[in-house]
Amino acid sequence: MPEYLVKANNLKKVYHTEEIEIEALKSISFTIEKASFVTFIGPSGSGKSTLLNLVGCLDKKTSGELLVLDQDVSGFNVKERTAFRGENIGFIFQDFNLIPVLTVFENIEYPLIMVKNISKTERAETVMSLLEAVGMADQRNKMPNQISGGQKQRVAIARALTTQPKLVLADEPTANLDHDTAYKIINLMRDIKDKFGTSFVFSTHDPKIVNEVNVKYTIEDGKIKE
Amino acid sequence: MIKIMRIAFKNLYRQKRRTMLTVFIIAFGVIAVLLFSAIAGSFKSMMVGQITDSMLGHIQIHRKGYVESLDNMPLNLVIQDEALDKTAEVLDEIPTIEGFSFRILFGGMLSDYRETTNIKLAALDPEKEKNVIPLLGGRIKQGRILKEGEIVLPDLITKGLKLKLNSDVVIIANNADGSVNGQGFKLSGIIESAVGPSGKYGYIHINDAKTILRMMNTQISEIAIRLKDLETLPATMNMLNKKLSSIKDAEGNPLLEIHPWMKLTPFYNIAQMIDMMALFIKVILITIVLISIMNVMIMAVYERVKEIGTMSAIGTPAAKIKLLFIYEGLFLGIIGAVSGTVIGLLIIAATRAMNLTVAFGRTDDILLKPFVGISEIIIVAVIVIIISAIAVIQPAFKASKLEPIDALRQ
Repeated sequence: MPEYLVKANNLKKVYHTEEIEIEALKSISFTIEKASFVTFIGPSGSGKSTLLNLVGCLDKKTSGELLVLDQDVSGFNVKERTAFRGENIGFIFQDFNLIPVLTVFENIEYPLIMVKNISKTERAETVMSLLEAVGMADQRNKMPNQISGGQKQRVAIARALTTQPKLVLADEPTANLDHDTAYKIINLMRDIKDKFGTSFVFSTHDPKIVNEVNVKYTIEDGKIKE
Repeated sequence: MIKIMRIAFKNLYRQKRRTMLTVFIIAFGVIAVLLFSAIAGSFKSMMVGQITDSMLGHIQIHRKGYVESLDNMPLNLVIQDEALDKTAEVLDEIPTIEGFSFRILFGGMLSDYRETTNIKLAALDPEKEKNVIPLLGGRIKQGRILKEGEIVLPDLITKGLKLKLNSDVVIIANNADGSVNGQGFKLSGIIESAVGPSGKYGYIHINDAKTILRMMNTQISEIAIRLKDLETLPATMNMLNKKLSSIKDAEGNPLLEIHPWMKLTPFYNIAQMIDMMALFIKVILITIVLISIMNVMIMAVYERVKEIGTMSAIGTPAAKIKLLFIYEGLFLGIIGAVSGTVIGLLIIAATRAMNLTVAFGRTDDILLKPFVGISEIIIVAVIVIIISAIAVIQPAFKASKLEPIDALRQ
């Protein structure tokens, strides 16, 4: 029987504005197994980001069931959600979101300073091993504005892995990259999944780059297409 | 903690121009406060020195009710006999007292045998007064300080009566019983008129006053006291009040009244006004620091919403986000306070080297020595740093309360 990292059942998310209600997710159900490589494909506005935000404990569901690492995260308060994300979830963003005043090394080290309480030596070892894994060791002293988009995303992948999360969520990680670089980033994530056993869940609107995924969900209009 | 400080410092460095401008504004405020404190403080201490060292002394003791009737210089409100001896004993015992002197104050008529004028006289012992009002000798414009049989007159009177050194004059005065007596004096010195009510007194020797006033015993109108350090004034006042309260009059009420210099001269109001202005300047500094840091930090939060969202998304606790912004504000305050203090002290040193002079009362060319004490420097720096911390609280809270989902959408 497979072990699930994420289990969603009739998950629903409705946004309320002053005048209208927008149903972003319409009773969707899915599971994500441990050490898997999962993608959600769909056009813009289909609900991919909403889904990843719910799984990443950045947002709260409207109804349904959502278990992340066997925990009902919808009951968490702000502080608990922050701590849960720090301990268990890594994030990779479309715009890389590196901290501009920190070097490549310091960006990867950052979650260890802010979230984990470990020694400087341990931090350096962890960061260096991740820099090696993403092929950025020789660029460690550069600032984010001194490296390319693909390199920035490699740094972002390394940063997402620093706290050794069980799950890494990547919302459109290749949207700002050219096709070749996007393909390399997807392959890098898959290699890292194989090496570290971390589950990667990412969203994309480009079906051409998603070869060799374990599970592929297609989302359209807030529903998972069978 | 140090790492968070380093990130905070780097965040300030990323907006170099804005950081420098904010630091400059804070430093300017600190410089203004220190410079004002130094110059105003110097003026105040010069003014206090002139007033206390020329005639008043730091503390005066009188018989109860004397100060109220000071304009009449009553000879029936005096300290004498046992009360005088006991007071002298107490004054000798108090270690903060540098010296004290007895004075007889009375009004009379001054005549050069051709013209006559009213005069207020202070009869004193010149040797003892050297320890109490050291500037008295310095006020002599011509001649020298008196001996017995001699008189020192203020320049305004000598000009009016066209008196010259060694002129013969006569003093006519009523004694306590109302009978009139007179005595001849030689003009030994012409003294510069000083500021304050006692600045136009003539001076004679205390023994001559006893003769004119036909005193059988020593009857003192005023005891002037000089302290070793003016800072000990409140403590010495307490001690004097305590020890002299045992001296009673016939009805069993305290015989003496003790006044610090502030109660005896209207110039104390000017000193208070200087303190008020210094306080006002500090309030302006606080406002400058508060507004500039708050403004900069609010802008920093708005500019870095997405960055804050990223920090929060990857699990940074709200307290650490808050701390990051608090450090940024504190660093602005610390850098501004330190640079302002250094530049301010250099400007004060330069001003001191320029030998600035001011006129006070009838005295010209009094040298100002701008000086700011270490306590004042610490107070100003601490105010700036505390206000910096207060100014950054609101933006820091705002940053820490941002929902990552909203922040990341920006």
